[in-house]
Amino acid sequence: MNLAETAPAPEGHVTPDGRRIGGVLMEMRNITLRFGGVVAIKDISFDIREGEIRAIIGPNGAGKSSMLNVISGFYVPQEGEVWFRGQRRGPMKPYEVARLGIARTFQNIALFDGMSVLDNIMTGRLTMMKASMLEQALWWGRAEREEVAHREQVEKIIDFLEIQAIRKTPVGRLPYGLKKRVELARALAAEPKLLLLDEPMAGMNVEEKEDMSRFILDVNDEFGTTIALIEHDMGVVMDLSDRVVVMDYGRKIGDGTPAEVRSNQAVIDAYLGVAHE
Amino acid sequence: MFYREAGDFKTSYRDDGQTFPIRLDRWGYYALLAVAFLVIPFVIDNYWANAILVPFLIYAIAAIGLNILVGYAGQLSLGTGGFMAVGAYAVYKLTTSFPDINIVIHVLLAGIITALVGMLFGLPSLRIKGFYLAVATLAAQFFLVWLFNKVPWFYNYSASGQINMPERSLLGQVITGPGTTPAAKYLLCLVFAVAVAWVARNLTRGTIGRKWMAIRDMDIAAEIIGVNPLNAKLTAFGVSSFFVGIAGALFFAVYLGAAEVGEAFGLNKSFLILFMIIIGGLGSIFGSFAGAAFMVLLPVLLKNVLVGGMGWPTDLAAYVELMIVGALIIIVLILEPHGLAQLWRLTKEKLRLWPFPH
Repeated sequence: MNLAETAPAPEGHVTPDGRRIGGVLMEMRNITLRFGGVVAIKDISFDIREGEIRAIIGPNGAGKSSMLNVISGFYVPQEGEVWFRGQRRGPMKPYEVARLGIARTFQNIALFDGMSVLDNIMTGRLTMMKASMLEQALWWGRAEREEVAHREQVEKIIDFLEIQAIRKTPVGRLPYGLKKRVELARALAAEPKLLLLDEPMAGMNVEEKEDMSRFILDVNDEFGTTIALIEHDMGVVMDLSDRVVVMDYGRKIGDGTPAEVRSNQAVIDAYLGVAHE
Repeated sequence: MFYREAGDFKTSYRDDGQTFPIRLDRWGYYALLAVAFLVIPFVIDNYWANAILVPFLIYAIAAIGLNILVGYAGQLSLGTGGFMAVGAYAVYKLTTSFPDINIVIHVLLAGIITALVGMLFGLPSLRIKGFYLAVATLAAQFFLVWLFNKVPWFYNYSASGQINMPERSLLGQVITGPGTTPAAKYLLCLVFAVAVAWVARNLTRGTIGRKWMAIRDMDIAAEIIGVNPLNAKLTAFGVSSFFVGIAGALFFAVYLGAAEVGEAFGLNKSFLILFMIIIGGLGSIFGSFAGAAFMVLLPVLLKNVLVGGMGWPTDLAAYVELMIVGALIIIVLILEPHGLAQLWRLTKEKLRLWPFPH
């Protein structure tokens, strides 16, 4: 297997469960990211295709979260190019990236604790609201119309994720598993083309993991959202994802379908260690 | 028993988003407005206007302004006194330069000028946060007071360095200057306070309010969902300073009539208004009114009780009054760190279940 190349996944490829994988949505070309002398990511290339679930795995400190931060605009790589929907993306602020249609969740939940669940999810639609300051001040015209129209969309997501009962609860009062779900709801409310999930199942019990896996599959299936996720639970990763990128010490050591990755010697070495004689 | 949602069904998202979702609340609110507009103007006297209601309403406007910045957008500011001074001097310069234009327009213009100044001093907020930002706004406070003292153009080269409000009228009624009736003063401030509260409520419940609160609660996550931090913080400074500027203009034009900047708009004023929103409740319009009421009414009430009721000498009463107010502030904050607004919210939650709490 040639690691310099992205693993092949022909356009129009149909997965065993009948989803169609489209063309390249996002492409990372030779990304290198340094913090001072530390090389967090070294010359990594891979692509994410429309409609697929793409996993990034690797041991702790491999640079997975850094990679997600590059995609969402928090870090600007020193070398390499980021391509999104056939266009090269220059250095961008995170809020500009959001407007391109990329949403994400965080490893440590990053919700707005002082606001209700409903308000939190409504913030996901901020970029679509166009009412001027004056209209908002007088609660007139577009301000009120938009509020109602977007509320309707948000209610659909609330139904979808089964959080109707807590819509007016302040987020700070919710248990961990529900917070994760609200964070997913907020990201979904933005109707992203690409959804980035940073360890969506960290710290969950088996039941919560099953729920979350179901939601991720449903999101991908019903909305056709492309998903890139980082996850440590290998069982989940192998079951959910179409293709997997494996990173170790900032390098890419494997890329392919779960089955290919599982039998890759470099990946096995990275996870299990190599015997030194 | 009567205070509950049961039977008050919301059948549209519009209804669900209204300010007072419970029927009794709505009635109470309309009743309060009716009394404020239709009853009080006819019974108000000089003492009630000058000692209680007019300062209460003006401080409430300032508190709403500061609450937008501190409570909703999470940007700590100690420059409120300075921004009030901008409003006061702006209305003074405007009304002495263009005496023919209506004073209400001048007050609004003073608000806009203050908004611009506030946005200018809000620029550091893009780089610094929390206490460090507080220190930066403190610089604004000292600089502005110094500026209005040093540059005679601002006080029209008057010998005393004071600014004096000339007489102005609205709809044939004198509303500033010595000849103003208490009812006119009160009504002008009431109209402004109600309008400011309404606009503040509209802004905070919609898009821009969510942007502010998102920045306050978690700025990184706010940015990732598409909030431009520059835009959100500067609009918060702008809107906040607009209201504070209006409060400053009214404080000078309607309440004081004559002002010397260091005395009327010093650092004490910044702290006073900050205390109001902390005691009243951060991030709450009602809390701004409650905090203003607490800080304005309590000293007056205590004075009346101690001097009028118990016959203490005035100087002794003044000291005891300070001690009692201080102690009460501490007690309120220990009982409910989120302020009077939270206390009110909890009371309402209990009331909804009363008399069957289980």
